[in-house]
Amino acid sequence: MAEITLVEAVNQALAYEMEANPDVIVMGEDIAKNGGVFRATVGLLDKFGAERVLDTPLAESMIAGLAVGMAARGLKPVAEFQFMGFIYPAMDEIINHASRMRNRTRGRLTCPVVFRTPYGAGIHAPEHHSESTEAYFAHTPGLRVVVPSSPSRAYGLLLASIRDPDPVIFLEPSRLYRYAKQEVKNDGKALPLDVCFTLRSGDDVTLVTWGAMVKETLAAAQSLEAAGISAEVIDVATIKPLDMDTILASVEKTGRCVVIHEAPLTCGVGAEILAQIVEKALFSLKAPPERVTGFDTIVPYARLEKYYIPSEKRIIDAVNRLMEFA
Amino acid sequence: MKIIDRFEVPYYQYLNEESQLTDDAPQQVAKDSNTLLNLYRTMVLVRTMDTKAVALQRTGKLGTYPSTRGQEAVFVGVGNALAKEDIFVPYYRDMGTLLQRGVKLSQILQYWGGDERGNCYNSEDFPYSVPIGSQSLHAAGAAYAVKFRKENRAVLSMFGEGATSQGDVYEAMNVAGIWKLPIVFVVCNNQWAISVSRQAQTAAHSIAQKAIAAGFSGEQIDGNDIIAVQHRTVEALHAAREKGEPRLLEMVCYRQHDHTTADDASRYEPKNMREQEWKKEPIARLRRYLEQSGLWSEKEEEILQAECAVKVDEAVKEYLSVEPQPLESMFDYLYASLPDIYKTQRDMLKDVEIVAHG
Repeated sequence: MAEITLVEAVNQALAYEMEANPDVIVMGEDIAKNGGVFRATVGLLDKFGAERVLDTPLAESMIAGLAVGMAARGLKPVAEFQFMGFIYPAMDEIINHASRMRNRTRGRLTCPVVFRTPYGAGIHAPEHHSESTEAYFAHTPGLRVVVPSSPSRAYGLLLASIRDPDPVIFLEPSRLYRYAKQEVKNDGKALPLDVCFTLRSGDDVTLVTWGAMVKETLAAAQSLEAAGISAEVIDVATIKPLDMDTILASVEKTGRCVVIHEAPLTCGVGAEILAQIVEKALFSLKAPPERVTGFDTIVPYARLEKYYIPSEKRIIDAVNRLMEFA
Repeated sequence: MKIIDRFEVPYYQYLNEESQLTDDAPQQVAKDSNTLLNLYRTMVLVRTMDTKAVALQRTGKLGTYPSTRGQEAVFVGVGNALAKEDIFVPYYRDMGTLLQRGVKLSQILQYWGGDERGNCYNSEDFPYSVPIGSQSLHAAGAAYAVKFRKENRAVLSMFGEGATSQGDVYEAMNVAGIWKLPIVFVVCNNQWAISVSRQAQTAAHSIAQKAIAAGFSGEQIDGNDIIAVQHRTVEALHAAREKGEPRLLEMVCYRQHDHTTADDASRYEPKNMREQEWKKEPIARLRRYLEQSGLWSEKEEEILQAECAVKVDEAVKEYLSVEPQPLESMFDYLYASLPDIYKTQRDMLKDVEIVAHG
């Protein structure tokens, strides 16, 4: 079994499901001949042909709208937006149509589409290539928002997303595309959606995160362990709907919680998680919960972006503040 | 300098303002009295229903409603041209088409009365689309699915002339041209997008010519002439099904009502314009032709009017007697199965008091 990167795991999942399900159509800008700007779709054109691997004209609203029409007719489009910063022209189609088709037709038509996009900062990309705006989608009823943080979870969660009967926003942390390799069995086994993954168990503090920030959070947990602090690390993985049961059970155990995300602080998904912790587990808390997030500013251009992304040190500092409460 | 391209936009009119067949009217059309009578009867039913819907709104029994008055030929002609297996992707003024697609009159009222079940058609057609022009892309996606599965059917999408200012509509036409999709785009050019006139919408001489930029042909049709509307739509659907050739049909008509019941066109519509345009309206135009041809009489008109009134009254009764959906229904179609985290909110609805919001 070969070790593969996260982007290769995405490719492997797409190829597996295209083989298994002839209704799966992969589409987007530069995804066929060029194999995608990150090469996530490389080789699919040769294997599955131009009728199922579509290079589209350069128009994001069109990509989403076509996918809605295809999905309503029973196809299974997996549409790529080249970068999350370019998804906004498609918001109308995603929010006004994809998320509502089942509801507004009382189930007569549905929209089983996957919208994939690379997201997040840290790859020294040009302007508009580094956003983490998952909260826009998490706010929208009818959608699922899924974020993998490792090659194996990218493979299993993408398979699950393609097989899901409802629209899924699948956010691929571009900073992790080639960060680490992992053995991933190409057995077509999906991972469950709508549940968190506990990556590391601990007793003193719960660290809740997703996507690329899993990297810094795991590193922080490692350093904290050396300092005698036992941190539980939860990869939320499905941001909408949130699996609060897993998070609450952990917080009830540890009594301390830090939510870490790359997106800006205000109205980020961390706000929702902390609100629910306060509503449902206030009396388990030994210290006020904290958020370690990107700042409420525009993601800086490449030269300053590393100061924007929450660092391992900021996470450790937050945990230490929590540990100071008796 | 050399000219690299020239283009033409044809204009079709088969039954002119004086109810005379024009020279290029296809012979078989004028002789097909069954179709002509069917078109006429349906237009009268649509106008009866439309008048009733406005009255229901004025008396608080219906929500905001977009009238189709004066535009009956466009919607009825298109609905007649569509084959059962074609896929219709409407905007929101298309009552005259929908009721020929198996949608009940009472369901149309149900939608405008604020009940999602008004979208539960007994067909594969798409539901209304309120965000302007966005549905043209669904039509292109559906047409791709038809082509992908090698089915012999066409997709027809409708929108107003205002929608042609939206990027979505051009994006849909653009991809339809590249991928040779079996699709027909129909523009109901009723001259007004709420208060914005056709002239303020685009400097292009016609809406039809916008197809040229997308690489296929567009044509302008007298939208008050149901014979031309029906015949040209049949032709376009045929080209879509058989040759995978997209086409844009611009139906020129006039909105003989405010944009919706929430609008007041006297704020912007020039005085006498409606009256001026009314001389061209489609129902009287076809009726005169039918009468001249000995296919229609005053007596038959009386019978038809009475029949339409009964049908509409029955539809209104059915609409008014429909039980509201259970409150929980607002959660029941969000996802194939409701994620656990939202079940608490769904349960809260059991305790929600029904209050009148004025």
